Amino acid sequence: MKNTIFAFKNIHVQVESKEVVRGVSLEIGPGEKHAIMGKNGSGKSSLANALAGHPAYEITKGEAYINGQNLLEMDATERARAGLFLAFQYPLAIPGVTVANFLRSAVRARNGGDESVLKTFRKDLMEMFAFLEIDKSFAARYINDGFSGGEKKRLEILQMAMLKPKMAILDETDSGLDIDALKIVSKGINQASPSDGGVLLITHYQRLLNYVKPDYVHVMMDGRIVQSGGPELALKLEDQGYDWLESKNARAVEV
Amino acid sequence: MAEITNNQPNIATIGDDYATKYGFRDPEDYFHKGARGLNHEVVEMISRMKKEPDWMRQFRHDALDIYLAKPMPTWGNTELLNSIDFENIYYYIKPTEFQSTNWDDVPENIKNTFNKLGIPEAEQKFLAGVTAQYESEVVYHSFQADLERQGVIFLDMDSGLREHPDIVKKYFATVIPPHDNKFAALNSAVWSGGSFIYVPPGLDVKIPLQAYFRINAENMGQFERTLIIADRGSRVHYIEGCTAPVYSTDSLHSAVVELIALDDAYIRYTTIQNWSHNIFNLVTKRAMAHKNATVEWVDGNIGSRLTMKFPCIYLVGEGAKGEILSVAFAGNGQHQDAGAKVIHVAPKTSSRITSKSISKAGGRASYRGLVKVYPKAENCKISVECDALLIDGASRSDTYPTMEIDADNVRVEHEARVSKVAEEQLFYLTSRGLTEDEARLLIVNGFIEPFTKELPMEYAVELNRLIELEMEGSVG
Ligand SMILES: Nc1ncnc2c1ncn2[C@@H]1O[C@H](COP(=O)(O)OP(=O)(O)OP(=O)(O)O)[C@@H](O)[C@H]1O
Ligand SMILES: [Mg+2]
Repeated sequence: MKNTIFAFKNIHVQVESKEVVRGVSLEIGPGEKHAIMGKNGSGKSSLANALAGHPAYEITKGEAYINGQNLLEMDATERARAGLFLAFQYPLAIPGVTVANFLRSAVRARNGGDESVLKTFRKDLMEMFAFLEIDKSFAARYINDGFSGGEKKRLEILQMAMLKPKMAILDETDSGLDIDALKIVSKGINQASPSDGGVLLITHYQRLLNYVKPDYVHVMMDGRIVQSGGPELALKLEDQGYDWLESKNARAVEV
Repeated sequence: MAEITNNQPNIATIGDDYATKYGFRDPEDYFHKGARGLNHEVVEMISRMKKEPDWMRQFRHDALDIYLAKPMPTWGNTELLNSIDFENIYYYIKPTEFQSTNWDDVPENIKNTFNKLGIPEAEQKFLAGVTAQYESEVVYHSFQADLERQGVIFLDMDSGLREHPDIVKKYFATVIPPHDNKFAALNSAVWSGGSFIYVPPGLDVKIPLQAYFRINAENMGQFERTLIIADRGSRVHYIEGCTAPVYSTDSLHSAVVELIALDDAYIRYTTIQNWSHNIFNLVTKRAMAHKNATVEWVDGNIGSRLTMKFPCIYLVGEGAKGEILSVAFAGNGQHQDAGAKVIHVAPKTSSRITSKSISKAGGRASYRGLVKVYPKAENCKISVECDALLIDGASRSDTYPTMEIDADNVRVEHEARVSKVAEEQLFYLTSRGLTEDEARLLIVNGFIEPFTKELPMEYAVELNRLIELEMEGSVG
């Protein structure tokens, strides 16, 4: 195996006793950005949730490592503390819990409960609000409670920036963003991606990839990666859709 | 408030629980401790020791007859209620001969207890007056001199009766007469301590007044009696807290609290109830709100074995407002039977009830509510919101809402929800590095935030800390 920050092999995921991911493998090296594209329902979010440790998404087969540590032996908390981050496709509202308090707890937790990391918390948070052009008043608002779609996505990237993950999986962080917001969020992703870390972008649109340039693009279909390539693959999909892959894959199955 | 919920649980120290924090006990070295059980002799003895006027002595005896004649309630948690051994209770214990106005004069043991509970510190920092009741009597009392000079009366109820017999006689038991219910009758017979407050017209008591109630003896019955009168256009905020040692046998706390807000007056009454889990807490609280007056009950119930408490507001004057905001936390072996009652008697009155309950580890929380609108009370506004959060499958929540609306043009909003701590929310928080316990606590603190944000800062911190203790290891 090459020097990877994040690697998984032959991952199978079951949800509600249905197998929705059926043998997916990927190796992500330091500083690499990978993109996964694929039709609705092809299993992208299920893969992401399972890797982040969602209890409803059971990994029935396969292996996964972050920084050489066995991911599958850890619960969601430990995975996050090991440096994994998932930006949710549908971020959840937690009424009554302010963004600032939550982030403070999360930053402390990410650093194994170390209080000293909080010395510059307020300042860091305010700088990041400014950088992502989020109004300061959001610090006192309840997490995602009454946020617009775009505001939720911005908050996910704010969390990523504050938590400084080694490996970030971003599930459709570009969906629902206006054109200006897409640029700002992309800027945030680029800034928060550590030079020695990895990023896995799940997206439907090529336009995000103009701002966050992937090294590799993979296509998921029916719970499997059916095609991998460079950034040009995303352009081809944008241009031609998934039909050519479907027929090719159908043939592959027939053979 | 923004800084409060970040008092995150430190898993290492979370283990020091109620027993060490509040549940310690003092050796008993009392001025007077009578026998167990209740009869007319006990009532006579209490009244005699207090050197009461004849009308009060008679009032007590009459109330005892009512108490003895009334059957136990046949609703609510009758199994727990009927397990109370009333013959085993001490109905009156006088810990010290005199009440002190200086902590140095309070006996060492008792002073240390209140020190550990942080009362003198709170008094210095943010209170205008304090009474500290230990068993049946107020052992310490202080009140800011300038408020006293302006005519505000803040005394323990016994001193109130002695020093202001006319006001007491005029209002005492007018809101909650002895025959109201069995436990109001019991309190009326053996009441001791509690607070008496009178705020003169137009005066705004800007800093809260506080009473702290401590039960120390095993099988103790504490029956404080509080009467607050806010005269026309005045304002006052009163806060009460309570704790007790952990014993294996039960104690009883049965208070009566009467509030009277005259025209344009404002009373807020805040309770943080944190009794140990061997206390039966059966309390009657009722307020009268006159023309354009506002009464708010802010009621937090964390402790006790069984609490039955339904703060009530009678909106008797046009334009009066009532608000009841309550939180109940029911852990293992606990039943919080709490709720609210609002009676709209006059037109253009408005009320809002917000009830939040959390049940965990087999605990049970009930919301019992009554909103009644009399025919004359037209153009009323009513809003009722009940929210129950279940931490696990073993816990229970029930709601018993009643609405009787007999007037026209009444606007009613009613919402009731029961939710579980959602797996999705837990995953969201744990995926950021929080442990499941931390995540659950954050969700619970968020759930009761509408309540905590109404508390003075120091109490909000304290409440969140209590919840943290109660949530410890909530799911195995
Ligand atoms: N919690 C769940 N319960 C039941 N079925 C689920 C659950 N999560 C995912 N599925 C099913 O698994 C399949 C894959 O869903 P998934 O959300 O992973 O797709 P996706 O590739 O992310 O789609 P999209 O592009 O629409 O976000 C779908 O058929 C979906 O209905
Ligand atoms: Mg998806």
